[in-house]
Amino acid sequence: MTKRFGREAVVDQLSLDIYEGEFFALLGPSGCGKTTLLRLIAGFERPDAGHILLDGVDLAPVPPYRRPVNMMFQSYALFPHLSVEANIAFGLKQDRLSRREIATRIADMLAMVKLEGLGRRKPHELSGGQRQRVALARSLVKRPRVLLLDEPMAALDKKLRSDTQFELMALQRTLNLTFVIVTHDQSEAMTVADRIAVMDHGRLIQVAPAAEVYERPRSRWVADFVGDINLFQGRLGNDRLSVEGTPAGNLRAGLKPEADPGAIVWLAVRPEKIRISREQPALDAANCTSGTVVDIGYLGDMSIYKLRIRDGSMVRAAVANVGGAERPIGFDEQVWLSWPIEAATVLTY
Amino acid sequence: MKRTRTSSGWRRFALGLPYVWLLAFFLVPFLIVLKISLSQTAVAQPPYMPVLDLMTGWPGLKAFFAALSLDNYRLLASDPLYVLSYVKSIEIAAFSTLILLALGYPIAYAIARAPRRWQAVLVLLVVLPFWTSLLIRIYSWMNILQREGPLNNLLATLHLVGEPPAWLATDTAIYIGVVYSYLPFMVLPLYAALEKLDESLIEAAADLGCPRWKIFWLVTLPLSSTGMLAGVLLCFIPIVGEFVIPDLLGGSESPMIGQTIWTEFFGNRDWPVASSVAIVLVCLLVTPIVIYQQQAMRVVGRD
Amino acid sequence: MRRLSGVNVTALVFGMAFLYLPIAVLVIYSFNASRLVAVWGGWSTHWYTELLNDAALIEAAIVSLRLALASATAATILGTLAALALTRFGRFRGRLAFAAMIYAPLVMPEVITGLSLLLLFVTVAVDRGFWTVAISHTTMAMCFVTVIVQSRLYDFDLSLEEAAADLGASPSRTFLSVTLPLVAPAVAAAWMLAFALSLDDLVIASFTTGPGTTTLPIRIYSEVRLGVKPEMNAVCSIMVAVVGVAVIIASLLAKLSGARGAARA
Repeated sequence: MTKRFGREAVVDQLSLDIYEGEFFALLGPSGCGKTTLLRLIAGFERPDAGHILLDGVDLAPVPPYRRPVNMMFQSYALFPHLSVEANIAFGLKQDRLSRREIATRIADMLAMVKLEGLGRRKPHELSGGQRQRVALARSLVKRPRVLLLDEPMAALDKKLRSDTQFELMALQRTLNLTFVIVTHDQSEAMTVADRIAVMDHGRLIQVAPAAEVYERPRSRWVADFVGDINLFQGRLGNDRLSVEGTPAGNLRAGLKPEADPGAIVWLAVRPEKIRISREQPALDAANCTSGTVVDIGYLGDMSIYKLRIRDGSMVRAAVANVGGAERPIGFDEQVWLSWPIEAATVLTY
Repeated sequence: MKRTRTSSGWRRFALGLPYVWLLAFFLVPFLIVLKISLSQTAVAQPPYMPVLDLMTGWPGLKAFFAALSLDNYRLLASDPLYVLSYVKSIEIAAFSTLILLALGYPIAYAIARAPRRWQAVLVLLVVLPFWTSLLIRIYSWMNILQREGPLNNLLATLHLVGEPPAWLATDTAIYIGVVYSYLPFMVLPLYAALEKLDESLIEAAADLGCPRWKIFWLVTLPLSSTGMLAGVLLCFIPIVGEFVIPDLLGGSESPMIGQTIWTEFFGNRDWPVASSVAIVLVCLLVTPIVIYQQQAMRVVGRD
Repeated sequence: MRRLSGVNVTALVFGMAFLYLPIAVLVIYSFNASRLVAVWGGWSTHWYTELLNDAALIEAAIVSLRLALASATAATILGTLAALALTRFGRFRGRLAFAAMIYAPLVMPEVITGLSLLLLFVTVAVDRGFWTVAISHTTMAMCFVTVIVQSRLYDFDLSLEEAAADLGASPSRTFLSVTLPLVAPAVAAAWMLAFALSLDDLVIASFTTGPGTTTLPIRIYSEVRLGVKPEMNAVCSIMVAVVGVAVIIASLLAKLSGARGAARA
């Protein structure tokens, strides 16, 4: 599918399969086209080229009010002049359901989102979290084939966000619906989603389950976008398992990448995989280099160390604060950095 | 959104009804005025000729067009009375608009700077007289400006004048009436623009070293320019064609153009001349009207 | 909490005084027992009772009220639809011309619109009377309605309409169930404005009316152009009172409904 605003292709020849019953996340930076993609599925934008197939039926010519798809808006978009019950009932009324059926469904929904007793209230009488649940209830009550969520937790504070994430996952499993969520928060995507589609400039960069996106990113861009990454640039060795000439010396990788010997590649290591020690570790099983501690960020559960290695490049290491008697590593200390060979990925672009 | 049959039926209705109405009752009448301005008076019903009668077929149509002439416009150009009337109308409109700007700006500014809770009330107070009939308010000025009226009584009590002056039937009275009636039209757009002014801009200017008057001159005034333009146009254009105010408060020696049209129409029963006066007036006003439309459209334009 | 500076307070006080003093004078003199303005004859409601005997005046008042009711309602419907078209229908063909026709009457001098409408009615040989004035008032007022409703539609949270569509409401259903209730205050205000404009109009009514249909302003004008009349003071005072009360009630209602919908988009 392609969608252009003016000359710019906001969604650029993008093809994607989303499976029934999965919790799918569209992840990317602002302006990558993820929200536009969501709106295309909902029907608020029309594609310039391509199809949207739901159960084999092309949705493109169908207006939004006839699609079996419902959306939960970022701003919740609750009708301010209607009560909670009336908001939830709105979609059911368009389907011309009987009053009894509507009342039953509303009651079920209110119980499911834990808003019993608040049915008569108006949106402005509710807290932010409560409004979010009304929005959720309203979009679920019609039992859509696909539920679209547009950054649903953007307005919530951290604690509420994490609680809501788990509730959403439980809800999705119970109802066995297909959820498509748009978010720019990679930890949120990884928490809730079965599979993540990482987007940039209207294109898909990688579509995979969270673990794969995190541990085996497709490109340096994905590696850097989803979490923190250390990159060591070098040339691929003849056995295609070593990377030579990096700032940290010659390094070894566990998997052979799709590239020829001699090509410029990057060895990518996540900060939490790097171990810092005052003693030099055994050289055979791991990659190893030395450096100086330049900065320490204390986060409570872990500390982020910034280290300068031999040629002046900076490396980040994340160390969990597990306690213990040993004095923690401090500023300006000379330390050894090491990580297992399997912990790194070789990236070719 | 994809248009289905019902949706485009609804759109056609929602758009079509007002569109057709305006075409029929705004545009077409203008064309008729144009046509009649090219006609001559006749002692007949209707009091102009030629009359377009489609029944007469092609020769009738040709005769119709042949009978149209620019005589009325020549009359307007030649008779100094009309020229004077146009000039006077524009002069009064221009000066009173300036006065309105000078008076309206402080009021709008004061309301915009007032505590939020009071703003709605203050705006209401400014607008309230507008809801009262214009006729009534002009008439109330007739009361005040009479020779034996309260204004002269006040002036006499304060020993400011000897002989009570005549206020009515003067240009001064027209100015008073115009400024009085159009003040809400100037204040409201100015207030709307000033209210949107981000206060942090003023604070930033102060932080960077501007004294109060400089802040006003360099920041507030330029940022309220759209409001000023709207207010100026909203006042100037209708004032040019005003009728009630000069008729009740002004003198009869040099009428404004609105009075001229009225006299030609109701007094002399000369519909063609009245029409040509109107057409020339529209031509004079077309530039400010288009500017106003463009300015208004800039708000509409974002879609 | 912002405080008003001395300059601002002065501006406000003088401004309000200027606006309200003439009306106050009018009301005071309507209670003047003496016919002459120069003489204050004491308080009296004499002129008000005279009014009740003036059948022609009362009839004119009734005509004006019926006219205002009809044209305000028609203008509100047409103007709201026009505002909807301008804000929601994107760039349709003829949009520029449509918008031009909406904004021009706002500033066009009334003598011109009155004259043009009269000539239209004469050309199509329609008998002039109540309905021609009603049509003319509707045309003039619908433009004001459009402007008022349009600005409210702009402040409107579009995602509410998208949500309605997402939940299955067709465009007309969305308009009736979501858009209209939320712009209702603006629509009501526009109706009242159209009502006031019609009630007050002299010039257009004079051009487009016919024998037997005299509106209140026409009546008042014919009386006062010859000079001040105390009975007219009484009529005008009544009209001021009615309008004042109506506007105050309306704004109180607006405040109440506004308080209920505090979290509105």
